[in-house]
Amino acid sequence: MILFVIGLLSGLISGMGIGGGTVLIPALTIFVGMSQHSAQSINLIYFIPTAIAALVIHIRNKRIRKELLWFLIGGGVVGSVIGSFVAISLDAVLLRKLFGVFLFYMGIAEIRKNKRKIKENRE
Amino acid sequence: MEATFLVKEKFKIILVGVITGLTNGLFGAGGGTIVVPAMERILKVEEHESHATAIAVILPLSMMSTFIYVRHQILDWKSLLYIAVGGMAGGILGAKLLSRISPQWLHKIFGIFMIVASIRMIMG
Repeated sequence: MILFVIGLLSGLISGMGIGGGTVLIPALTIFVGMSQHSAQSINLIYFIPTAIAALVIHIRNKRIRKELLWFLIGGGVVGSVIGSFVAISLDAVLLRKLFGVFLFYMGIAEIRKNKRKIKENRE
Repeated sequence: MEATFLVKEKFKIILVGVITGLTNGLFGAGGGTIVVPAMERILKVEEHESHATAIAVILPLSMMSTFIYVRHQILDWKSLLYIAVGGMAGGILGAKLLSRISPQWLHKIFGIFMIVASIRMIMG
């Protein structure tokens, strides 16, 4: 049940374009006690059906910038292969702490972005 | 924006892709947190469009990373099933709500959650 709820919340967020994994991975390691590598694998696989479901609606609403897509994917594939091999070679505790540092900066960025937008709306 | 890009622009877009892939591969997540702001700030793409495009970019990247991860470890398929069923429902709901929810609130709520969780992960 807790797994279903964690999945639902993460899906809701990733459907909105904010990384669902930034909720799913910490939730799985903190509340379920999963290893960092398992949580990351689950997030990657879990993202696939969720993204397909969200994409269907985004395509229908014509929100995808196709002219950017191929360059982003081309570069992204190279980065993905390197990043994945580094991840699987790292110790689980070290990977979790690194993830924590990344998450901390991303959290700060989300809040800063929010403040700046409110300011823009007022001006 | 026009459909054709200068070499410098192409390089910039590809570089954004590389960094997105690196992050997504290393952390099994977070590609969106790189590519969405990069599209908004560097490429001046509108917020909802950049969110939608991000999903289209990260989908093939996650498939690639999944392949590499799963080849190297055993996966808990049962847990994955429960999470995926919840995730599918949430994904559809989220995409439908995207047009209606204020982005300010989203960023504030998730920003706070991420900071609290990150401290637990670093200390724990």
